[in-house]
Amino acid sequence: MKTIFIPPIGKISNVNGQCISLIGNDIDTDRIIPARFLKCVNFDSLGESVFEDDRRTLKGKHPFDLEENKNASILVVNSNFGCGSSREHAPQALMRWGIKAIIGESFADIFYSNCIAIGIPCFTLPKKSIEEIQNYCDNQSLLLKIDLKNSLAKSKDLNLNLEIKESSRKMFLSGEWDATSTLLDNKNLIDNKFNQLPYIKFNTNFL
Amino acid sequence: MSQNTLFDKVWDLHKVSSLPGGSDQIFIGLHLIHEVTSPQAFGALKDKNLKVKFPDRTVATVDHIVPTENQSRPFKDNLAEQMIETLEKNCLEHKIRFFNIGSGNQGIVHVVAPELGLTQPGMTIACGDSHTSTHGAFGSIAFGIGTSQVRDVLATQTIAMNKLKVRQIWCENKLSKGVYAKDLVLHIINALGVKAGVGFAYEFAGPAIDELSMEERMTICNMSIEGGARCGYINPDEKTFSYIKNKLCSPKNENWDKALTWWKSLKSDENSIYDDVIKIDASKVEPTVTWGITPGQSISINQQIPLLDDLSPNDKLVAKEAYEYMSFKPGQLIKDTPVDVCFIGSCTNGRISDLRIAAKVLKDKKVSKNVKAFVVPGSEKVANEAKQEGIDQIFKDSGFQWREPGCSMCLAMNSDKLIGNQVSASSSNRNFKGRQGSPSGRTLLMSPAMVAAAAINGKVSDVREFIN
Repeated sequence: MKTIFIPPIGKISNVNGQCISLIGNDIDTDRIIPARFLKCVNFDSLGESVFEDDRRTLKGKHPFDLEENKNASILVVNSNFGCGSSREHAPQALMRWGIKAIIGESFADIFYSNCIAIGIPCFTLPKKSIEEIQNYCDNQSLLLKIDLKNSLAKSKDLNLNLEIKESSRKMFLSGEWDATSTLLDNKNLIDNKFNQLPYIKFNTNFL
Repeated sequence: MSQNTLFDKVWDLHKVSSLPGGSDQIFIGLHLIHEVTSPQAFGALKDKNLKVKFPDRTVATVDHIVPTENQSRPFKDNLAEQMIETLEKNCLEHKIRFFNIGSGNQGIVHVVAPELGLTQPGMTIACGDSHTSTHGAFGSIAFGIGTSQVRDVLATQTIAMNKLKVRQIWCENKLSKGVYAKDLVLHIINALGVKAGVGFAYEFAGPAIDELSMEERMTICNMSIEGGARCGYINPDEKTFSYIKNKLCSPKNENWDKALTWWKSLKSDENSIYDDVIKIDASKVEPTVTWGITPGQSISINQQIPLLDDLSPNDKLVAKEAYEYMSFKPGQLIKDTPVDVCFIGSCTNGRISDLRIAAKVLKDKKVSKNVKAFVVPGSEKVANEAKQEGIDQIFKDSGFQWREPGCSMCLAMNSDKLIGNQVSASSSNRNFKGRQGSPSGRTLLMSPAMVAAAAINGKVSDVREFIN
């Protein structure tokens, strides 16, 4: 953790920052934040424990420990990143470490939803492009400017057409990724739905 | 795009609105909460000055952090105590029904809700836990959510979500003797891969699925998420209805009749359209064991750990990582691998039928001297039922430790953990690196019967040699 953490708020249309490459398929949320760190009633101190066990095993050589990555904010990953547990603690830990966007070959569903819900845009690129970026990052610092409006990422050497779910892109641009108030806007529709559902009526024993 | 499947019908029924971005606002019929993923959600409600919209639609229990030896309060672990106290306080403040330790109904959230009759066909069910897919066994559409979505359900009883595609997994023929639901689902995950389900709901169907009991169906749906599918379900049938009947919270008298009429109308039409259909021959499935670090890395008991050349290019990277982490050599047999710890429990396989099957294998046998074996019932109800049937005694006589209900060493948030690079034979759902509490601990997933066999022999064994 580098500076005081300020959570994202409102519209997100650009993410500019240095890339950090993390190679591996099927990196699960237990690895991103091991279960023992879930014993907390807030997310505040998770940043320092991100990838704790992997980092300990690699004794300072994990990408999240390398000096040259300490200011990085765009994580570049491979396939099925964030599989496993639904723990939002995983993207919260990444965010508190300093990650503001993720580019990968593919993401697990619940992890992806969690990222959107807390304001981390996740983009996909084909395997070959990801590997190119990861190779590039191995040799030199890669500074990317991500433009959500046009789904583009640019550096001095690269021009990338990023893919992102249209619904997610729109939510970031409008600020509605923080969904609670949008959902609450439909208060009457929610009440109507509650009254229409068949099982609400016959479940008088429910509780 | 899928049409007229149970998934489509339940989704459409619960759709509140189309959101500006293109996702749907979906009403959640039943919201289950526990101590790990809810405190921050209640905190966010407070920050936003919001109330719980329908407190009756949320039910709480405590499972992840509970100790399984000494459950007296305060817990020895201060952080665990703080978490249960926070849940108690939040439930009290927001008038949410909480099944606490000692209530007779506490246990793993995915074991408790079905046994209370809360889980019913045609509902949408959400919980801040990825194994919420379990409830799909009843023909509900159930999926795990993160804490921000827990907040949204508490505040609005809805979430924003993109509709999933539907893949039918048609399981032909029947499982052979000594082969269980766990083997079938591990086989399916291996066949399709751990990320094949991303963006999909899995509909499990076919003669092999019809044949399964409700508890076996829960094992199948439970592990949908290990195949990447956030949601897995089975069309409800007579077995579903009779499981629900007479449970504490199930509809009674004329309400039961109304419920039954509606539930019977709920299934995928014969001419439904699926986004994809896969066929699996259940009769070919053998007792299955994982050898690697993802639930997809499994083989039959008599197979060798795959060679790198036998694997698809996409699987090689993780396989290399797995050989190293597990200290296995490609081509090595999984059978006879020595095990240090045997764990029976979890939301996958901690139900009464799982305990009965394991007890049958263990009866009049002894756990190997080199093995630490323990069983953690999925709920207080499961524990009580087992005691009534004398199953607890069979476990104890064999050398298994009999513990109190909870999630325990499935994810090791309490003090039940592997030590160093111990090998565990486990009836749980995840063999991820470090999953069972030691950063170098190794997990072999298998059915409860296979765990019992491994406990007796002190090494991975074929349970079919124990049951004639």
